[in-house]
Amino acid sequence: MSEKHNHVEEHRDDEASKLGMWLFIFTELLLFGGLFIVYSIFRHEYYQAFRESSLELSVTIGAINTIALLFSSMTVAMALTAMQKNDKKTALIMISITLLMALVFLVNKYFEWGHKIEHGLYPGSALMPLLDRGHLLYFSLYFFMTGLHAFHIIVGMVLLFVCLFKVKNGSIHKEKYALLENGALYWHLVDLIWIFLFPLMYLIS
Amino acid sequence: MANNVSHTTEYRTLGKVLLFLMFCTFLTITVTGIHLGPLSVTVALIIACAKAYTVMTYFMHLKYESLLLKLLVGFVFVLFVLIILITFIDYAFR
Repeated sequence: MSEKHNHVEEHRDDEASKLGMWLFIFTELLLFGGLFIVYSIFRHEYYQAFRESSLELSVTIGAINTIALLFSSMTVAMALTAMQKNDKKTALIMISITLLMALVFLVNKYFEWGHKIEHGLYPGSALMPLLDRGHLLYFSLYFFMTGLHAFHIIVGMVLLFVCLFKVKNGSIHKEKYALLENGALYWHLVDLIWIFLFPLMYLIS
Repeated sequence: MANNVSHTTEYRTLGKVLLFLMFCTFLTITVTGIHLGPLSVTVALIIACAKAYTVMTYFMHLKYESLLLKLLVGFVFVLFVLIILITFIDYAFR
């Protein structure tokens, strides 16, 4: 037997794993899509209360978070480009910037939620049942939707941390970057959801 | 091993896309700031859709993906629109 036929082909299919990631993204889109429908119907029903409640949110914090997520979406896309060009150093820097932006987002969210919680406004608080139905629905949806989104941010950060580590030790490289590509897709999904959350929650007063 | 068929998007393109997205964000905040009444939600949603389309096309590389994937994304979009329509029809004629 010649030398050539001795090596074992690694069993993998990057195209299929990407397709799998997209199928998962579809389920996520429909999950948030359902919540957006709930939000629209209650907003229609309790228009005035939703308007008043959304005035309580800081547009500045929302805008900073939007910019942080858009920027991080670009840097994670750049990390993939760098990996495809076999530029490990740039890829590492770009993933790190993405993680930093994610942290900025979460710290912002912490202060935003903290401010609400200080005023006794959080799910299960003594104040919440005293609100009228429209305000109650708005803040319940606000905490649930932004909370679920923040949870996705944390999951995305874990995924990108794994990618950072694997790029560093060389198991993600120029010929094999499916994990980074799928991690980036997940991160873009998080950005995509925020693109709709921001105007609906913060801006429609 | 010809396993990687992904398209490489240049840094410059990604930068331009970010600028466009930032501009859209600025536009949404400005437009919803002036009082357009019920129109402001429509405008905000149209801009959000434009942003989402841009993110999917360039950041998520959908422009360079297979026809299968593009059709799947289209199918999910149509499915979602149908769900909205059916829910709203049910709600309106209840």
